[in-house]
Amino acid sequence: MSRTVQNRGRKLTPWMLLAPATIMVAVALGYPLVRQMIMSFQHFGLAQQFGQPAEWAGLSNYVTILTDPYFWSVFLKSLAFCAWTAGITMLLGVAFAVLMLRLNRVVRMIFNTTLIVVWAMPALASLTVWQWLVDPRSGLLNHALTSIGLEGFTNFNWLGGSYWTFFLIASAVIIWSSLPLVAITIYAALAQVPKEVLEASEIDGASHFQQIGRIMLPMIGPVISLIGVLQVIWDLRVFTQIYVLQQAGGIASETNLLGTYVYETGIAQGDYGVASALAMVILALTLVLTSRYLIMLYRQGGMS
Amino acid sequence: MTSQTALVARNLATGSPRNAGGPKRKRAGKHPLANLTGVLLSLLWLIPVYWMVNSAFQSESELMSSPPHLVPHAFTWDNFLSAFTNAYFWPALRASLIAASLTVVFASGAALLAAFALSRFRFRGRTVMIIAILIVQMIPAEALFISQYRMLDGWGLLNSVIGLSVLYIGTIVPFVAWMMRGFVDGIPIELEEAAMVDGCSRAGAFRRITLPLLAPGIVSTSVFGFLFAWNEYTLALIVLSKDSSVTLPIWLQSFQQGLKATDWGGVMAGATLIAIPVIILFIVVQNKISTGMVAGAVKG
Repeated sequence: MSRTVQNRGRKLTPWMLLAPATIMVAVALGYPLVRQMIMSFQHFGLAQQFGQPAEWAGLSNYVTILTDPYFWSVFLKSLAFCAWTAGITMLLGVAFAVLMLRLNRVVRMIFNTTLIVVWAMPALASLTVWQWLVDPRSGLLNHALTSIGLEGFTNFNWLGGSYWTFFLIASAVIIWSSLPLVAITIYAALAQVPKEVLEASEIDGASHFQQIGRIMLPMIGPVISLIGVLQVIWDLRVFTQIYVLQQAGGIASETNLLGTYVYETGIAQGDYGVASALAMVILALTLVLTSRYLIMLYRQGGMS
Repeated sequence: MTSQTALVARNLATGSPRNAGGPKRKRAGKHPLANLTGVLLSLLWLIPVYWMVNSAFQSESELMSSPPHLVPHAFTWDNFLSAFTNAYFWPALRASLIAASLTVVFASGAALLAAFALSRFRFRGRTVMIIAILIVQMIPAEALFISQYRMLDGWGLLNSVIGLSVLYIGTIVPFVAWMMRGFVDGIPIELEEAAMVDGCSRAGAFRRITLPLLAPGIVSTSVFGFLFAWNEYTLALIVLSKDSSVTLPIWLQSFQQGLKATDWGGVMAGATLIAIPVIILFIVVQNKISTGMVAGAVKG
C-alpha cells in the first residue's frame, strides 16, 4: 500500500515541477490562442464597441481576407521580402564564416567582437540609428553617395520615396543585425570539421577553396539548412522593423507586411474578427515552415 | 535580437562536448588579403554603432553640418542631459526594470523546476512536453497580440507593466526552460545519486549539490530573460499606451516623434543609454556560456 502511494507520488513529481511553467504559458499564450481562434469566426462591428456580444460570422472573416486583393499583395510582399532578406543573410553569413577561417588570431578576435557587439544591439537602438543614417538631409548615407559623385542622392528620401527603397533599407537593417548569429554559428560548425579529413584531402592535392567548397560546406550542410529555416521564420515576422520604419516616414499602405497589416486591422481599426483570422493565417504559415525546423531538431538529437 | 540569441544560446547551452575546447588546430591558408578584408568588413559593420555613439556626443549644429563630422569637434554631454531630463525617461527606466525583474524572477524560477523535471525524470508525456516547448517558441508575436490585447483589456491590465510582464513571462519561459535543461543535463546525475546514498532526499540532493553547480546556468538564463524584456517592442507597443508608463524602447521611439524636428543628438544619446548595458551584459553571458560548455566537456 505505502509502496503504491510512493509510486504515484513519484509519477506526479515531474508534473508538479512542470506545473508553474505550464500555467504561465497557458495564461499568456494558450488562452489567447483559443480565444483568438473563436474570435476569427466572430464579427466585431460598431455595436460590439458599445458592449454588445460578438455575433457569429462563420467563415466570412476568412472569405473577406482571401478574396481581398490587398491581402494577397501583402502576403506576396511578405514572402518575397522574407526570401530575399533570408537568402542574402545566408549567403553573406557563409561568406563571412569562410573568411573567418582565413583570418589570423588578432583580426579574427576583432571580427568576432564586432559581430557580438552588433548582435547585442537592441532592435530599437539599431532602428533609430539607421533612420539617422538614411536621413534625407543630414544622413551619412546620402552624404557618402553624393561625395562619390552620385548627385542624384542629394536629399534622397529612402523611407518615404517608394516602397522599393523602403524595403531595401528594412532588408539592410535586418541583414546587418542578423548576420552575426549566422556567421558565428556557421564558423563554429566549420571549425569542427575533423582535421584528419582535411589532411587527407590536402595529400590528394585539394586547394583551400576546394576544401571549403567540396568538403567543409557539404559536411556542415545540416547546420546551414537549420539556420536557413530559422532565418526564414524570423524574416517572416518582422513587425518591429517594418512598423518603426513606417512611423519614420514609410507609406504604410504600400509597405505593410503581414505583421503590420494585422496591427492596423486589429488594434488601429478595431476589426478584431478579421484581424484574428489574419493572425491565424500567419500562425498556419509559420507552423508549416516550423514543422521542417522541428523535424530537423528531432533528427539532430535535440530530443534526447 | 533575442529570438536569434535564443538559437545560439540553445546550441551552446545544450551543445555536445565536442563543441567545446577541442585542440586548437593550425589551419593553413591564412592570407594577408583575407585579413585586410576582415578588418574592412569589421569597420563597415561597426559604422551604425559608431555613428550612434559619435552623434550622441555632438551638438545640434555639428549634427546638421555638412560634411558630417566623423568625430565630435566640440565634445558635449548635453544630449545625455536632455535624455536624462526628459520627463518620461525615468518612468520608462522604472517600467523596463520592473518588467525585466518580474520576467527574470518568475520565468527563471519556473524554468528551473521544469528543467529539473525534464532532465532528471523519465515519465510518460516527457517527449510531448519537449515538443510542446519547441512549438510554443515558434509562435510569432503577431499571431497572438490581438487576443492578448483583448484579454488584458478584459482583466483591467491594459496599460500596466504587470499585464505586460504576464505576457513576457509566458513568452520567454519555454526558451528559458529549454536552455536551463541544457545546463542541468551538463551536471552529472551521479553527484546527486551519491548524495542520496549519503542520506539526502532527492530534493535535498538537488538543492545542495546540483543547484550550486548550476549557478552559471542560472545567471545566463536570467540575463537572457532580462535582455528579452529590456529589448521587447511589439508587445509593449500593444499593451502600453503613450500616456501610461511605457518601457524604454517605446520611450525611445516617442522621444523621437514627440519633437517637431527630431532631436537626433538626444535620440542617439537615448539609444546609446539603452544599448550600452545590453552590450555589456551580452559579453558577460558569452563568457558564462563558454564556462558552461567547458563544464559539459569535462563531463563528456
